[in-house]
Amino acid sequence: MRISIDTDRCIGSAQCAVSVPFVFEQDDDGFSTVIAGREDGAGHPMVREAVRACPVQAITLAETQEA
Amino acid sequence: MTDTLDAPKTLADGAEDAPAYPIQRKCPYQMPPGYEGLREKGPISRVTLWNGRVAWLVTGNELGRKLFPDARLSSDVLDPNFPLLAPRIEAQRQQAAAPPLVGVDDPVHARQRRMVLPSFGVRQVNALRPVIQQYADDLLDKMLAGGPGRTVDLLTEYALPMPSAVICQLLGVPYEDHHYFDERSRHVLSSSGPEQAAQAQQAFTEILAYLDDLISRKQAEPGDTLLDELIARQLEDGKVDRNELAMIATVLLVSGHETTSNMIALSTMALLAHPEQMEALRADESLMPRAVDELMRYASIGDMLMRVAKEDIEVEGHVIKAGDGVILSTMLMNRDAQSFEKADDLDIFRPSGRHVAFGYGIHQCIGQNLARAEMEIALATLLRRVPSLRLAVPADQVPVNAPFVLQGVSELPVTW
Ligand code: SF4
Repeated sequence: MRISIDTDRCIGSAQCAVSVPFVFEQDDDGFSTVIAGREDGAGHPMVREAVRACPVQAITLAETQEA
Repeated sequence: MTDTLDAPKTLADGAEDAPAYPIQRKCPYQMPPGYEGLREKGPISRVTLWNGRVAWLVTGNELGRKLFPDARLSSDVLDPNFPLLAPRIEAQRQQAAAPPLVGVDDPVHARQRRMVLPSFGVRQVNALRPVIQQYADDLLDKMLAGGPGRTVDLLTEYALPMPSAVICQLLGVPYEDHHYFDERSRHVLSSSGPEQAAQAQQAFTEILAYLDDLISRKQAEPGDTLLDELIARQLEDGKVDRNELAMIATVLLVSGHETTSNMIALSTMALLAHPEQMEALRADESLMPRAVDELMRYASIGDMLMRVAKEDIEVEGHVIKAGDGVILSTMLMNRDAQSFEKADDLDIFRPSGRHVAFGYGIHQCIGQNLARAEMEIALATLLRRVPSLRLAVPADQVPVNAPFVLQGVSELPVTW
């Protein structure tokens, strides 16, 4: 699984960073980014919920093939 | 006439079954009478506004979450078809200036939001927490100094001055002047009664003039607050004009006041009515963040969010035609039984659900991190320091705001 954030869409509501601070953080401009090294969601069960909660649907999950 | 089971229904089909809207709440945090019926008709039905116009009412949580981010629904209050909930809003619109952030679409909205966004981030808000705590303690020191047994208005003694002080500090508005705009903010967003239509307009104009003057003063003597930053980085670079900047500051100042203060007041009322949950919170403050979300869902103070369709949109066998007014009821979305178990019950242990009390889509509340921090601190401090707090009047005698404004109370008499 690979998380990506469409920064053109993100409105910086921080819903993701508040619900899964282990994976998402806010940059200095107030937009969300995925913490380096945790692009795979680090197995966090709340990541899918964060995708749903994002008010502008800026977060996408790409299923990656298991090696 | 044929019963067009398959053809999508327009606003006119069934307009005879469109109850008057909005509806006054009886209890400030419960569904008003008539909502039950609207909920049953969900996820989308029709209502009739004060001027006889029929508009769509979205009540389903899933449908609403689909429609909120839909760019075909516009927030442009200057659009002649924009649905208005009361005559006084018509009066406000005559001014022909759309309120920044809330009353405009992208790309204007995105540009304005990006300007102020960094100040409302999680880190920036967390840095403010000690300041917020200090304000909460100072206000309670003052309130409690008179001793037990007195009746005070919790709204003016605590729930309002706290967010007022915080937004002033953040924006860089001298707090000595807060009486000037505390009262005026109330008039803009929460005043009840038809005679106050003009007052709301005048209050907005006066706050705007105050902030315009403040911008001049800050240009002469810069500081390091949000307003100073906007002046230095945006105004002086010609990225925003003076009037727009003053308008943005006005919208932030007014919204920073009224929303959080009403939520603190209604949360206090709701918790007092659910003593076992209040005790659980008092015993374990780590429950507070989730409780705040649940209280937001339960009270849904910004119930009616209006949009106008720019193009035809087909949903659930209905077609929202270009030019139709659409009202998204956050309260009904938040009390949709398909999304929330026992939706009408307050349950602070509920898994933080998908409530839309801060809105949804690009206009979702920009101050939500700040609002959450203020509510958490205000409620925790109140519970900790005033264990014998109770209402000084029966709950059904607490005066409730008019239906078309921000939901809340105009005073909250308490004692301890
Ligand atoms: S929830 Fe969505 S809009 Fe909000 S900060 Fe995260 S990515 Fe951005």
